Amino acid sequence: MTETLQLPTRRDEAWRYADLDALAPVWPDIAGKREEILVSAGESASRQLILEASDPNVAVETLAIRLEKNARFALHCLAIGADYGRIAVEVTLAKGAHFELGGAILGTGDQTLEIVTDVRHIEPGGTSNQVVRSVLGETATGSFLGKVSVARDAQKIDASQSVKAMLLDRTATANAKPELEIFADDVKCAHGATVGELDKQALFYLASRGIPPAEARRLMLQAFIADAFVSLEDEAAHDAIEAKALAVLEAIT
Amino acid sequence: MLKIDNLHAEIGGTEILKGLSLEIAAGEIHAIMGPNGAGKSTLAYVLGGRDGYEVTQGSATYDGEDLLDMDPHERAAAGLFLGFQYPVEIPGVSNVQFLRTALNAQRKARGQEELSGGDFLKLAREQASALKMNAEMLKRAVNVGFSGGEKKRNEMVQMGIIDPKLAILDETDSGLDIDALRTVGEGINTIMRKPEKAVLLITHYQRLLDVVKPDYVHVLVDGRIVRTGGADLAHQLEEQGYEAIAEAA
Repeated sequence: MTETLQLPTRRDEAWRYADLDALAPVWPDIAGKREEILVSAGESASRQLILEASDPNVAVETLAIRLEKNARFALHCLAIGADYGRIAVEVTLAKGAHFELGGAILGTGDQTLEIVTDVRHIEPGGTSNQVVRSVLGETATGSFLGKVSVARDAQKIDASQSVKAMLLDRTATANAKPELEIFADDVKCAHGATVGELDKQALFYLASRGIPPAEARRLMLQAFIADAFVSLEDEAAHDAIEAKALAVLEAIT
Repeated sequence: MLKIDNLHAEIGGTEILKGLSLEIAAGEIHAIMGPNGAGKSTLAYVLGGRDGYEVTQGSATYDGEDLLDMDPHERAAAGLFLGFQYPVEIPGVSNVQFLRTALNAQRKARGQEELSGGDFLKLAREQASALKMNAEMLKRAVNVGFSGGEKKRNEMVQMGIIDPKLAILDETDSGLDIDALRTVGEGINTIMRKPEKAVLLITHYQRLLDVVKPDYVHVLVDGRIVRTGGADLAHQLEEQGYEAIAEAA
């Protein structure tokens, strides 16, 4: 018997925006549960992850990924559906390995959805690219917490994070928190975050060509979240996750 | 087709249009010229239905219907096209996707059948070629990375595809070099110079009017039309300037 881990608190950086009240009842079932993924040297793997919740409406997925030398892994995910939904990813990259994340956080009502990543470059020459797009309505909260750490000898790392959020209502909340911990001196770690609203000029332009407001918004939101999926090379998988995202957009806008 | 009567409009409490009246019949091309700040673009935006422009008095009817009561997309579906002075960039949305969505939304609103992907592409390529726009640009995101001239050309390609009844073109000639001006002008003639259509050209210069010959030229000063004449009025304006014409009026 292993001892059940204690329920996280807001003091815990990785849980600071979580809906802990929603988490508490399911915590005994999920505490410490994680899916381990190993990608062997030189291999490539990819995964699409779409949150699904039932009753209680809480979904937590935790992945621990280990990438050996020159291995590649691409994760494309949707944080959707749940009252409280969390996708947590811990990645350890050996020499020359690459990690790609494309995620969308789509919520409305009082949903709390988050993607939390911890990318550890422990050897030189690795690369990681994380792209997250959020669309949030009403009083929903969408958060991306992205930690990148680079070990002392892990030179020539190229890590980037791009987070953009679109608020459909002024009452929605987007959190974007990059966290860099770098102990090597020859690395490139870029991060960018924006929070905005749909461009009114563009909406008028679309309307002036005959596109009704709801369709115009959808067209723009579709373009906005598309960035998260461009790195998904498998066309069928790409279309499937994008279609799912569009269906959610349709429902929340 | 378009009847504007004593139109007053303001932006943020400042009155810009101060009793503008204008009537455009099918088959006619009208030009509105005037100095900066006269209210030319405001007129275009009020007719297009942009937010933030408040009509305080007067009316505008289109084919007998209250134009000001319609939403922007309904105006478009009814056949009105607004050519923008500064066409808007829409990252991530391709020209093809944008125009096909627009055209089919209009067709749907009019109870017509939607155009298939193949038929639409054929139409789009024809119009791009008529306006000497590289068909590759149809695949690019709407106006993103386009030069000023390319954006204006793209407006005319859109007009060709949408095939409106009434076009209101706000400084479509600005930012164009001489060759592009001719191409765009000829495009306007080809698409719009028809007995059942009409055009309102808003411009600073007479250059475009040498290609697209207006039936009427109006001078807009301080929110009102102060003078109306034939195509030669544009030349007179070019020689004497707005002030002289406004004072004489």
